[in-house]
Amino acid sequence: MNMDTPSLLSIQDLEVRFRTEDGEVTPVRGVTLSVSPGETVALVGESGSGKSVTSLATMGLLPRPAGRVSGGKILFRQRSGQTVDLATLPLPDLRRLRGAEIAMVFQEPMTSLNPVLTVGEQIAESVRLHMGLGHASALKRAAEMLDLVEIPNARRRVHEYPHQMSGGMRQRVMIALAMSCNPSLLIADEPTTALDVTIQAQILVLIQRLQREIGMGVLFITHNLGVVAEIADRVTVMYAGQVVETGSVGELFRTPRHPYTSALLNCLPARARRGEDGRRVVQSIPGSIGKVGNGCAFAPRCGQATDSCQAGSVLLETEMDRSVRCLRWREILA
Amino acid sequence: MSASPLLVVEGLTKHFGRTPHLVRAVEDVGFHVAPGEVLGLVGESGSGKSTIGRLVLRLIDPTSGTIRFAGEDISKRPERQLKALRRNAQMVFQDPYASLNPRLRVRDIIGEALDAHRLAGGARRTERIGELLETVGLPATHMTRFPHEFSGGQRQRIGIARALAVEPKLIIADEPVSALDVSVQAQVLNLMQDLRQRFGLTMLFISHDLDVVELMCDRIAVLYLGRIMEIGSTDDVVSRPRHPYTRALLAASPKADPDAPKIRRMLTGDIPSPMAPPSGCVFRTRCPMATEECARSIPQLRSAGEDHQFACHYDMAHGERPAAA
Amino acid sequence: MEQSSLLLFLRRMFRRKLVLVAFVVLCAIMLMALLAPWIAPHEPTTIRVVRRLKPPSELNWLGTDEFGRDILSRIVYGARASLGIGLAVVLVSMTVGTLFGLMAGYFRSLDGIIMRVVDALMALPDILLAIFLVAVLGASAFNVVLALSIVYTPRVIRVVRASTLVIRELPFVEAARALGVSTRRILSVHILLNVASPVLVQATFIFAYAVLAEAGLSFLGAGVPPELPTWGTMIASGQQYADQAFWVVLFPGLAIVLAALSLQVVGDGLRDMLDPKLRKAL
Ligand SMILES: Nc1ncnc2c1ncn2[C@@H]1O[C@H](COP(=O)(O)OP(=O)(O)OP(=O)(O)O)[C@@H](O)[C@H]1O
Ligand SMILES: Nc1ncnc2c1ncn2[C@@H]1O[C@H](COP(=O)(O)OP(=O)(O)OP(=O)(O)O)[C@@H](O)[C@H]1O
Ligand code: SF4
Ligand code: SF4
Ligand SMILES: [Mg+2]
Ligand SMILES: [Mg+2]
Repeated sequence: MNMDTPSLLSIQDLEVRFRTEDGEVTPVRGVTLSVSPGETVALVGESGSGKSVTSLATMGLLPRPAGRVSGGKILFRQRSGQTVDLATLPLPDLRRLRGAEIAMVFQEPMTSLNPVLTVGEQIAESVRLHMGLGHASALKRAAEMLDLVEIPNARRRVHEYPHQMSGGMRQRVMIALAMSCNPSLLIADEPTTALDVTIQAQILVLIQRLQREIGMGVLFITHNLGVVAEIADRVTVMYAGQVVETGSVGELFRTPRHPYTSALLNCLPARARRGEDGRRVVQSIPGSIGKVGNGCAFAPRCGQATDSCQAGSVLLETEMDRSVRCLRWREILA
Repeated sequence: MSASPLLVVEGLTKHFGRTPHLVRAVEDVGFHVAPGEVLGLVGESGSGKSTIGRLVLRLIDPTSGTIRFAGEDISKRPERQLKALRRNAQMVFQDPYASLNPRLRVRDIIGEALDAHRLAGGARRTERIGELLETVGLPATHMTRFPHEFSGGQRQRIGIARALAVEPKLIIADEPVSALDVSVQAQVLNLMQDLRQRFGLTMLFISHDLDVVELMCDRIAVLYLGRIMEIGSTDDVVSRPRHPYTRALLAASPKADPDAPKIRRMLTGDIPSPMAPPSGCVFRTRCPMATEECARSIPQLRSAGEDHQFACHYDMAHGERPAAA
Repeated sequence: MEQSSLLLFLRRMFRRKLVLVAFVVLCAIMLMALLAPWIAPHEPTTIRVVRRLKPPSELNWLGTDEFGRDILSRIVYGARASLGIGLAVVLVSMTVGTLFGLMAGYFRSLDGIIMRVVDALMALPDILLAIFLVAVLGASAFNVVLALSIVYTPRVIRVVRASTLVIRELPFVEAARALGVSTRRILSVHILLNVASPVLVQATFIFAYAVLAEAGLSFLGAGVPPELPTWGTMIASGQQYADQAFWVVLFPGLAIVLAALSLQVVGDGLRDMLDPKLRKAL
């Protein structure tokens, strides 16, 4: 299985199903995206659009047995140069990759850290596991890692417990934990959403610095478009479980092709326009993600929808490094 | 400001707990809000924004200071005499899930407000509940549903309808859109602007999102560790900030524009614990231009123009640079 | 509740088979208690020494006890006292416990006093306290109920207080206060509705405990006068013969387990029905 992909991670037409009491649901049904080494790709979309499910599927962390990958590929290029499909990789192999080559940072650092172990012990454990270091040298490495993520007094703070730290510090510990084995891919699921802006800025700058130094690829999940503009090289937009548009951050913000992308950008308070009565109003998207028919998922809320939009499924059209899932984008843009 | 203010707060202070664990949540805060005006309260978590809102509504008792609502001092009134305040000032909460009782139908959630002040009974009550739902853009038929049958944005609308039920003059909106997606956030912000105009509402708009505050507010107060750092018209505070913290906050907020300059200047360190706030200027542990003087004395609010004040020993706009900087 | 919505409520509640089965079992036990004189094949108190400790047979379906009394008949009659005591204890401790729990949780000024009494009562082992109380009050069914209620009320207070402390801080309670809703309504609607589920769960436990504790009291001779059959006294007095005649303790034991279990399942069903989120799914 050696496919020639220049990307580090290449997700192709991913579909994920969950078994629930009300029958099967498909929260992800057409995700195509790629991350190259040294690149930051932002995955954006409204709550419930399937961002986290996509990242969990990539890490092989879908809740079992309810969730499963039911279609598509998740190709990952290992350090050895070999490309594997994470969707079908046996669990032991996947476990070996996790932490060693792919690492993840979650939104709530408190729940992903063990409350009864010091942060140093937790990092040391991961280092021991993946790098085979002894106890003392692993602890030393842990202190180095805390230093790397700019935690002041790292030597002293390896002995602290998670609850003794602020939210921002805990997120730094999570990042240190993720970085401890030099991953080539970092998946960050809303790592700054729970933080204050000044702390968020620190974490964003930190992630960017580490990425430059280590040269890893980053898949950065967020719903904050400001953060996207700040950190991303490329952006992938999701709506109702599908990727609807991908492009470089500059092009996507300047000339969005998908009506959802442009509507989303116009929702930003900073893009409010002055109405005729002198008030500044933001545009909004009417309604909410409801039941998805067989046509374009955005059709019920799309200002540009025509009958043809609801006829059948809309394919992701790729052209150079941009892709868009809309029948009428050329007409609309013209 | 020509009209006499609807709300005047002076020297407002709130401490929680006792000495070893005393939390100085709000410290000597003062501001006024004119009728029809929207004052924004911005600041990071723990800066005391919600506490101020709850104090103004007298949901908690102030440690000291006065709160004058419509000319009357309500800061020491016992609960029994707050009926008029409850009728005239209302709150919209951040969490659209926790702020509606999951066991009650929408009809009872909104109807409760009408009952408490005997505003409408019998058939008129149902009619009025329907009107209120339609005012916030929900069909009247939804009144028999339970909160969990609504999306976050719709719940927030129900919360707004509940607040409007008593026809208040003042609404305290405590991060009303923080829990919502951008597209839903836009709907709720527009709704609040419509209602403001329609009912001539006065608002205290609490948020940590500067973009949202800039959109919604006439004036802004910037809080840090329970104190006001800067207060003034939105334009002054956002375009001509005078306090180092306001500047840092503006610089740290990511702009949704890939061509905008990236975050470069950054505050280092963490927000200190409100249990042990720094001496002197509370911002000094993170201030890029702090001096020894800043540790010694608390900077008082000083004027930076008409209706624009900031609390810093140094006025950068007038070349008062500290020697150390 | 109107007729139709009551029907709907019951239909939804019984959509789950287990709840329906448990409900039927519970009804059967109660019917048995009510109609004991007509159902019981023998007099529960008739002593026939020649037939002592006989295994289940054609004549005595569930065997006989150490005095040759018919076990089935004693179980049927025992249901009256056991269920009666259990239900009475549940009723009293729930009512009193909920009331004080709400007050302790909501009014900080009352919390100290109420919780000091609760802690004092809970510091003693349940059974010891019950024995002491019955000894002081005198042995009668009424006093057993009183004593067990005093023993279990503090548990209810604890549960209700803990939930109240959480719920009173939730924004919807704050919203109600901001609206000027009366404290009485906040307590009786906003908080009570939301503490109902943990209290219901607690009720089913207390019922089971009360039936067992009554047995314990009887065993120690501090319970209901022995001529009155209860499931507890049956086990208590039969215990020393358990190795030669298992049926003496097995069947009254099964009766206790069956009653407690079915009550618990019905309680769970009721709790789920009270939760509007789950109600739809049922
Ligand atoms: N374990 C699960 N079982 C069933 N459905 C699930 C499960 N986990 C997630 N889902 C559903 O999958 C959909 C996508 O969820 P996901 O968590 O990926 O959203 P998201 O884009 O990360 O949203 P958010 O911004 O809120 O984190 C949701 O509709 C959710 O209800
Ligand atoms: N009931 C309370 N008891 C003790 N401390 C409290 C209480 N309420 C608030 N505080 C403390 O007071 C400080 C200010 O809290 P407040 O909720 O007003 O902050 P905020 O600005 O609204 O923050 P956020 O953005 O997180 O909502 C915090 O340090 C908080 O921990
Ligand atoms: S396919 Fe049609 S409905 Fe869908 S986004 Fe394009 S124009 Fe709108
Ligand atoms: S008073 Fe000093 S520490 Fe405070 S903001 Fe001004 S310069 Fe900074
Ligand atoms: Mg998510
Ligand atoms: Mg708050």
